[in-house]
Amino acid sequence: MTSLAAILIRDMRIAIRVGGGALMGVLFFLVVVTLVPFAIGPDLALLKRIGPAILWLAALLASLLALDRLFAADHEDGSLDLILMGRAPLEIVVAVKGLAHWLTTGLPLIIAAPFIGLFLNLDAQAAAALVLTLLVGTPALTFIGLIGAAIAVTLRRGGLLLAVLVLPLTVPVLIFGVAAANAAVVGPVPFGTPFTILCALTLASLVVGPFAAAAALRQEME
Amino acid sequence: MRLSAFDLACRRGGRDVFAGVSFSVAAGEGMTIRGRNGAGKSSLLRMVVGLVHIAAGRLDLEGGDPELTLGEQAHYLGHQDALKPSLSVGENLRFWSAFFGTSSADITEPLAAVGLDALIDLPAAYLSAGQRRRLSIARLVAVKRPIWLLDEPTSTLDAAAQARLGEIMRAHLAAGGLILAATHSMLELDSARVLQLDQASFLQVGKEQA
Repeated sequence: MTSLAAILIRDMRIAIRVGGGALMGVLFFLVVVTLVPFAIGPDLALLKRIGPAILWLAALLASLLALDRLFAADHEDGSLDLILMGRAPLEIVVAVKGLAHWLTTGLPLIIAAPFIGLFLNLDAQAAAALVLTLLVGTPALTFIGLIGAAIAVTLRRGGLLLAVLVLPLTVPVLIFGVAAANAAVVGPVPFGTPFTILCALTLASLVVGPFAAAAALRQEME
Repeated sequence: MRLSAFDLACRRGGRDVFAGVSFSVAAGEGMTIRGRNGAGKSSLLRMVVGLVHIAAGRLDLEGGDPELTLGEQAHYLGHQDALKPSLSVGENLRFWSAFFGTSSADITEPLAAVGLDALIDLPAAYLSAGQRRRLSIARLVAVKRPIWLLDEPTSTLDAAAQARLGEIMRAHLAAGGLILAATHSMLELDSARVLQLDQASFLQVGKEQA
């Protein structure tokens, strides 16, 4: 237990210090969302209709931003060798690293989303629905991303490969996340239907992600 | 405790690195592994801790903890120092002690053993190569594990630090540990045995395959 707590604290510390990825994700999120009204123009009705989709897309890209360094940094400085020699199972270590990544990049996005949503004419009800879908959906993005991060661990420019590998896998999460957020704003589907499927996708990725990522890491280290 | 290897073979990237390597090291003994570049010194050490696949042969540990793998009872000091530049000296060492399960242990004593106790709050980014290496050595002192696998431990160390490492290694052997070290420089270990990896027989194995 102490070894897992140690990893969680270390990864979060690194993320929030200079050169870490925590602040970068929120800033990227802010910049992308801010650009949209400039590109589309001041059509408030249109912005309100596409707002949840834009915020979800920006959150998806922002949460992938620091993900390629998740295992690559540990691989390059030799930490991964030592982690493999620890007594904690690799699957759990991978899950804890995913949790640390989500706490430092996913969670700040969710907190920032209702404020940044003002740029897209989101009212209180839509913002609440969006925060709820992001809260449930972003862990799935991180844990699916773990697989790509583990596969790209030995590659020098793994970030691009990571995006190519991971983005297609996140399509279902995107579809049901945006559908649930939209359902709360415009209908006609009840909010619960897509939201339940989003919950299921997240639960499945929480289980599959760490095992697949650990298997990929073991394969790479041979 | 006795670590024995029988007819170990290593294949990396489709090439035979070595074959037929056997050795036996008992508690309190050190063994230096020698050989030209590419003879497989690092691969042999990584094989012992389970980071490189064993192509043939086997490794036995008598008298160890049967619940744990060989790698879980060993320390590996590789070419990389496994330090995070944004964390301080103390945070880096405290993390590895906690990860390897000795969170209550005091880290000032291991840091003093390698002469870094004055730099405990300095970010590791500001350390020199030799200081980084000494900080990794402090990990071996902080967490008790019986088997030490050292890959070029004296590279980047100055004469005083090498002498200090010699003391630490002798203390580990005296406490019943065992050490395998791949090195070019002579480590002043009493009763250190030598495994020469680039003997003619291994070279021929490589040639036949090529």
